[in-house]
Amino acid sequence: MIPTAFDYIRARSIEEALAALATHGDEAKLLAGGHSLLPLMKLRLATPAVLVDIGRLDDLRYINDVGDYVAIGALTRHRSVETSDLVRSQAGLLAEATSYVGDPQVRHMGTIGGSVVHGDPASDLPSALLAMRATLVVQGPSGQREIAVDDFFTGFLDVSLGVDELLIEIRVPKMPDARWSFQKFNRRAQDWAIVGVSVVVNNGSSGIGLVNMDSVPLRAVAVEAAVNGGASASEAAQVAAEGANPPSDLNAGPEYREHLARVLTRRALAVVGC
Amino acid sequence: MEVAVTINGESYSREVEPRTLLVHYIRDFVGLTGTNVGCDTSSCGACTIHLNGESVKSCTILAVQADGQSLTTIEGLADGEVLHPMQESFRQCHALQCGYCTPGMVMAAISLLDENIAPTEQEVRLGLKGNLCRCTGYHNIVKAVLHCAGASV
Ligand SMILES: Cc1cc2nc3c(=O)[nH]c(=O)nc-3n(C[C@H](O)[C@H](O)[C@H](O)COP(=O)(O)OP(=O)(O)OC[C@H]3O[C@@H](n4cnc5c(N)ncnc54)[C@H](O)[C@@H]3O)c2cc1C
Ligand code: FES
Ligand code: FES
Repeated sequence: MIPTAFDYIRARSIEEALAALATHGDEAKLLAGGHSLLPLMKLRLATPAVLVDIGRLDDLRYINDVGDYVAIGALTRHRSVETSDLVRSQAGLLAEATSYVGDPQVRHMGTIGGSVVHGDPASDLPSALLAMRATLVVQGPSGQREIAVDDFFTGFLDVSLGVDELLIEIRVPKMPDARWSFQKFNRRAQDWAIVGVSVVVNNGSSGIGLVNMDSVPLRAVAVEAAVNGGASASEAAQVAAEGANPPSDLNAGPEYREHLARVLTRRALAVVGC
Repeated sequence: MEVAVTINGESYSREVEPRTLLVHYIRDFVGLTGTNVGCDTSSCGACTIHLNGESVKSCTILAVQADGQSLTTIEGLADGEVLHPMQESFRQCHALQCGYCTPGMVMAAISLLDENIAPTEQEVRLGLKGNLCRCTGYHNIVKAVLHCAGASV
């Protein structure tokens, strides 16, 4: 399967990428690792007229210790995040979630930025970023702005990023003493989660993220409140599906997903010792 | 567009459309047909090659993305008649039947050992989860990788 023809622009700097976006507007698509976009283009579900390749922007491939957070450049590949000593020690939940993305070949090419901007409600990373209250830094024609991860996912495959903006960095609060657990339920080795749950408890405060429980990844705020109020794992997990509107597909209907959310949340809470 | 790459130590340059997939560049434009296309949907791993030393699925990469980079395919492993240790292990452990998945499986397995020189059986299974085999049931493939890593199997 071959994508439809497109014009190819290789950006050599953030400025060149932004300029290409400004010129071509919604005709253009950014290409990072291509591991979400190219499968869609091969199926001709995406037919961009212009492809702006940002895969050579090595300036956006980094993992830095910046005071109270870890800063991860948008073009950092999954494999680098998964194996980073800094991420493992300060944001272990994110390293763990990343190790569940696809397979090694996918993790050698796919980037954290591409995964987040793709906005797939079944992706693994958003649950960890939601649970850890990450912040996303984007850059557009008028400069940089920060977006709280809670405000980032706006709809199915939709995020709050303008067509003229680039995601440049993901900031994850450092939590060296946190207890966390990542649970992914799927039926075949490389599949997306039928339901996935991230739980982190840091300084007595909990963060819980769910994937594939709605058209967007979301926080299980009712569970967070129950845990923060001292509920047991099994009590708190009862409200895991509250407020969610789970999708239905070949793998599972809404009721089964609600059941999975409760079971996986209970297991995750048990792991962290609630 | 001109795309120049190094494949197995040799330089190649070909004029291709930007939409040309890397696997087609390698097979159809360069003529190295050892790399197979199985699913064409990023699932089976038959098209696995090394891009700058790491396993990737060449059906899900544009040739232009690899411009200027260094690739290794299954043809680049053996030294004349002498098989690469991973190929030799596959042969000894009977890790192939029809052989269709084998080029990708071998490339994935070498990348796996590059990252983890002494994997456990479970780590081998997880590390090869991007590669499907319809014949062997995987058992002997896992054995071959462990054998190549020096484990007694
Ligand atoms: C076989 C296979 C299995 C997979 N399994 C999983 C899985 O189990 N779990 C999971 O979570 N994911 C999975 N993925 C998806 C994988 O995580 C992708 O790597 C990731 O979603 C996309 O990253 P990318 O760099 O390849 O992005 P691309 O495909 O290049 O881009 C994705 C989208 O993001 C946009 N974009 C990319 N970077 C930026 C940026 N810096 N700023 C603004 N926009 C940007 C692009 O325009 C595009 O719309 C799988 C993919 C494959 C092929
Ligand atoms: S042909 Fe590339 S993964 Fe199947
Ligand atoms: S040996 Fe036939 S597909 Fe693996």
